[in-house]
Amino acid sequence: MNKSLEDHVATIPARQEQPENASAPRLMTLNMGPQHPSTHGVLRIVVELEGETIRSATPDIGFLHTGIEKQCEHLTYAKALTLTDRVDYLSNVANNLVYCLTVEKLLQLEIPERAQWMRVMLTEFSRLNSHLVWLGTHALDIGAMSMFFYCFREREEILRILEMFSGQRMMTSYIRIGGVALEAPRGWEKVVGKFIRGFPSKVDEYEDLLNANPIWAIRTKGVGYISLEDMLDLGVTGPMIRGAGLALDCRKTAPYSSYEKFDFNVALETGNDVFSRYRVRMQEMRESAKIITQALEGMPSGPITADAPHVVLPDREKMKTQMEALIYHFKIVTEGFRVPAGEVYQCVESPRGEIGYYIVSDGTSKPYRVYMRTPSFANLMALPVMLKDTLIADSIAALGSMDFVLGDTDR
Amino acid sequence: MSHPAILETIEAFGETTHIADPAKIVELCRYLKDTEKYVRLSGLTAVDWHPAEPRFEVVYLLHSIERNLRLRIKCKVSGENPEIDSVYSVWRSADWHEREIFDLFGIGFRNHPNLQRILMPLDWDGHPLRKDYPVHGYKYSYPNE
Repeated sequence: MNKSLEDHVATIPARQEQPENASAPRLMTLNMGPQHPSTHGVLRIVVELEGETIRSATPDIGFLHTGIEKQCEHLTYAKALTLTDRVDYLSNVANNLVYCLTVEKLLQLEIPERAQWMRVMLTEFSRLNSHLVWLGTHALDIGAMSMFFYCFREREEILRILEMFSGQRMMTSYIRIGGVALEAPRGWEKVVGKFIRGFPSKVDEYEDLLNANPIWAIRTKGVGYISLEDMLDLGVTGPMIRGAGLALDCRKTAPYSSYEKFDFNVALETGNDVFSRYRVRMQEMRESAKIITQALEGMPSGPITADAPHVVLPDREKMKTQMEALIYHFKIVTEGFRVPAGEVYQCVESPRGEIGYYIVSDGTSKPYRVYMRTPSFANLMALPVMLKDTLIADSIAALGSMDFVLGDTDR
Repeated sequence: MSHPAILETIEAFGETTHIADPAKIVELCRYLKDTEKYVRLSGLTAVDWHPAEPRFEVVYLLHSIERNLRLRIKCKVSGENPEIDSVYSVWRSADWHEREIFDLFGIGFRNHPNLQRILMPLDWDGHPLRKDYPVHGYKYSYPNE
């Protein structure tokens, strides 16, 4: 079962000597990562170089594989929710949302409007959070150092808002099966309103720093090109495909959680390069701010959880006065709730693209199979095509424009 | 929609699932992509129904952008020497998804260009997403102990 070191060494292919042929190009193999800072996590890319031109790039993933899909099969539905935060740790609310939507589809739960709007608002906050981290680190890779400080200034405020709602800055688990975890804190309108009124001017500030910056233009325009046909064939979604002129957005094509009630546009660019992807994400930040403003102004009143006592944890106060509430609480916490047998697929638009969960239930209180269709995994497949025959220096910009999270890739 | 490779159609939760003949999966996928406009292979996974036989189900999640439709194709694969044809020739995105299934379920894909482990180390024993694989893994021990 466990191989000795000698056996392991024997499995490593021997280094191939290059033929002493003057006409054949001499290729150099360069190992980028897994600790290279531009890979934003632990991604290893083996590149074959001819001079400074990349002839082939092979991503090597799996360094962050934690077996989340396997672990989900051994936890009850409510507990498995906390693992979905850890998949894509920069936009964890979107992961919570898609998991809950999938389970709710199996349970056929009706979610009250207020909970749906809160979900939309928090998801858009997490989109802002993710795009800000992307912009800061991507600009840092290319050499625009000060962007990082501007972006993290706003991100800090977003994390504070998330903390105010859920008690956690990053792993919020705020969206729960059947609704949301808590009622919004007192005075949230004021804090969210103050942030969101000021945010569009902050996006202007970022664009002032970058749009007219000649170095930024040279490093991003025409870099990282990949054709739309290739992208569709390779399963790329999200800002990458919208930067190629295809309006593929689950929020519009298959609205969930009352997205159809919000007025927003799908950001589109046609340049199909790093600069277009940057433009798409900047527009998306403005659109997210628009959605949050609408959610803030039109937040409906009413309950925050579905009327399903066998699924939703009862109110703490009710538990102290009502026998049924105490019994339901005990049942949900100890053995979980049973989910009818069946299988569903649900997808939402995460900051990185289509994130979809395919859950198979066998009628017990634990999911039989949870498959996570993660955007980073699918998008990364386009990397060899994108990097082929480009310069090694451009690979950093191209990598950054894909905006992958390795936790999302390896699960 | 009818195709000789489709054995059964299930409608549940507003989603359509076709059970397909594994021997004709490439033919069916080619038809779905070219004629029915399912241009995207959104996801590809497997389900282990251990100890039932046929043990595995390979699940193809398709998406048609033009018609705004989603479709699921399922193929039943035997637990003894599980193998199915690769759909890499239809969608290139099948590449990593099939490698992942090979890695975590141990299902082989015929005519795949580079079928090797993708998430687990290359010398790993066993296939973690199989139901008979313990959740904590096999107990770790030193070989010469």
